[in-house]
Amino acid sequence: MTLSTAARHDRLNHMTDLTILTLTEARDGLRAKAFSATELAKAHIAAVEDARLLNAYVLETPEIALKQAAASDAKLAKGEGGALEGLPLGIKDLYCTAGTRTTACSNILGNFVPTYESTVTGQLWRDGAVMLGKLNNDEFAMGSSNETSCFGNVINPWRREGSNMDVGSAGIEGTYLVPGGSSGGSSSAVAANLCLAATATDTGGSIRQPAAFTGTVGIKPTYGRCSRWGIVAFASSLDQAGPIGKSVRDCAVMLRSMSGHDPKDTTSVDIAVPDYEKAIGRSVRGMKIGIPKEYRIVGMPAEIEKLWQDGINWLKAAGAEIVNISLPHTKYALPAYYIVAPAEASSNLARYDGVRYGLREQGRDIADMYEKTRAAGFGREVKRRIMIGTYVLSAGYYDAYYLRAQKVRTLIKKDFEDIFAAGVHAILTPATPSAAFGIGEKGSADPVEMYLNDIFTVTVNMAGLPGIAVPAGRDRQGLPLALQLIGRPFDEETLFALSEVIEQAAGRFPIPSRWWA
Amino acid sequence: MSVDAATVKRVAHLARIALPEGDVAKMQAEINAMLGFVEQLNEVNVDGVEPMTSVMPMAMKKRADVVNDGEIAAQIVKNAPQSEDDYFMVPKVVE
Repeated sequence: MTLSTAARHDRLNHMTDLTILTLTEARDGLRAKAFSATELAKAHIAAVEDARLLNAYVLETPEIALKQAAASDAKLAKGEGGALEGLPLGIKDLYCTAGTRTTACSNILGNFVPTYESTVTGQLWRDGAVMLGKLNNDEFAMGSSNETSCFGNVINPWRREGSNMDVGSAGIEGTYLVPGGSSGGSSSAVAANLCLAATATDTGGSIRQPAAFTGTVGIKPTYGRCSRWGIVAFASSLDQAGPIGKSVRDCAVMLRSMSGHDPKDTTSVDIAVPDYEKAIGRSVRGMKIGIPKEYRIVGMPAEIEKLWQDGINWLKAAGAEIVNISLPHTKYALPAYYIVAPAEASSNLARYDGVRYGLREQGRDIADMYEKTRAAGFGREVKRRIMIGTYVLSAGYYDAYYLRAQKVRTLIKKDFEDIFAAGVHAILTPATPSAAFGIGEKGSADPVEMYLNDIFTVTVNMAGLPGIAVPAGRDRQGLPLALQLIGRPFDEETLFALSEVIEQAAGRFPIPSRWWA
Repeated sequence: MSVDAATVKRVAHLARIALPEGDVAKMQAEINAMLGFVEQLNEVNVDGVEPMTSVMPMAMKKRADVVNDGEIAAQIVKNAPQSEDDYFMVPKVVE
């Protein structure tokens, strides 16, 4: 090895190391001038290039990242800059980015290039963030494993212990694991250090379940906390934006930039956004934490039971009071969701007709053109959900299905309201019924098998509440498992304070090896 | 409740999704699995329960009825599969 090559390797190692920093560590490093935003961006760009096997990014934008990083360096040199100045992020491909292709990972959007920026991403750039590219997701965010994307499956950087699949097909003992969904590109990229944090969206668990599957932290804030404007719509009464990050603190910093009132979204709430980072380290002494008996499902693995008990013990040790509670309509949340969400999706996705943007297939008349375009452009999962939504909204079935589901939703929300009115500050549950599973292992015969992944997360969307997933343990295969905390409306601060207690006790869950590079 | 093949075809047409004959049976089975799953909602007593219309209680925001946007026709047709003179082009609708 020549000296110059050795020097280059040293430099590469140094730059690669920057990717293992958390978002807030990198922020502090930039402010201390330990490295530049350009160095930070270059390290991440190299990491992204080396990790194409994971398929986390559907579009890399290194030229945008370097341009933004240079602008950040100029600001930082003058002692200026926003809350996210110079910090490289990944953006879920559901967020419209002006001048950068946005597809929702569906063929029907094809090469759609928005002429406008989503409110949330606009706020990230306002605060100085750097865009590394667009992240994979389930098509139109419909899925729990990132197996429905038109760009193909995303691979979880976590592997079952003893797995040797990095040595190629000859050595495969297991199969690659899913990163969860629908924000599977976001969770995979954050876990694999391919960005410091990522945007995500959550309609039934699409932030919290992928975070749980990858040892990362993900928060779905209260409905109305973040603007939905410019985010491709799935089910408008359930969709919320939120971050996936490497630590609780990182998520607090991200959420503050992402939140806030937007006149362009009538459901965004006009209340002040707290400095969530200040909630980190806040005492949880005297807080009442509810443990809902309905989440102790039949056949729950012993390791999930233990994880839950660990969480109870940690919060108790920090001074919280544990109370047993009942949320009697819990089991009806998932079936009600699978009426409400497809119904809203069938309406939202009516806009993809081959006229204004995206794919068009020629037909003998306009109706034929619509039908052929939508048949060619939508994937199987999306078609099925549009069909179910169309059916439950159709004449003669609306009352039996949609109206009944919306009444059940009222009851689900009331369960939570009663508990909070009784003085409970937050609710602790497991985030998922299992750790990450293998690609192709679930849902091929019966779609309901896949849907059951969201059994602990979907209630939160139905009630519009904030929920956070924080890694807290491992299963017997060595894979990360997470706890979920559910809070009162607009009390994300309490969730950050409680999650920090769990993170301090359980530690963070950095990826054990960069086996793909 | 379950759907028959004719209902699946009717719903596909309502949803404007061409469904080849060979795909009907599989779609029918999947929809029926879903309908079977949601059947348990019939156990819930919803008498006197208001259906949810807004998950977070809030008054609908209003703004002044004024033009505050526009003159961006070129942007609007920019992604159209076919356009001409700032119009979207579609197959002939009226004979």
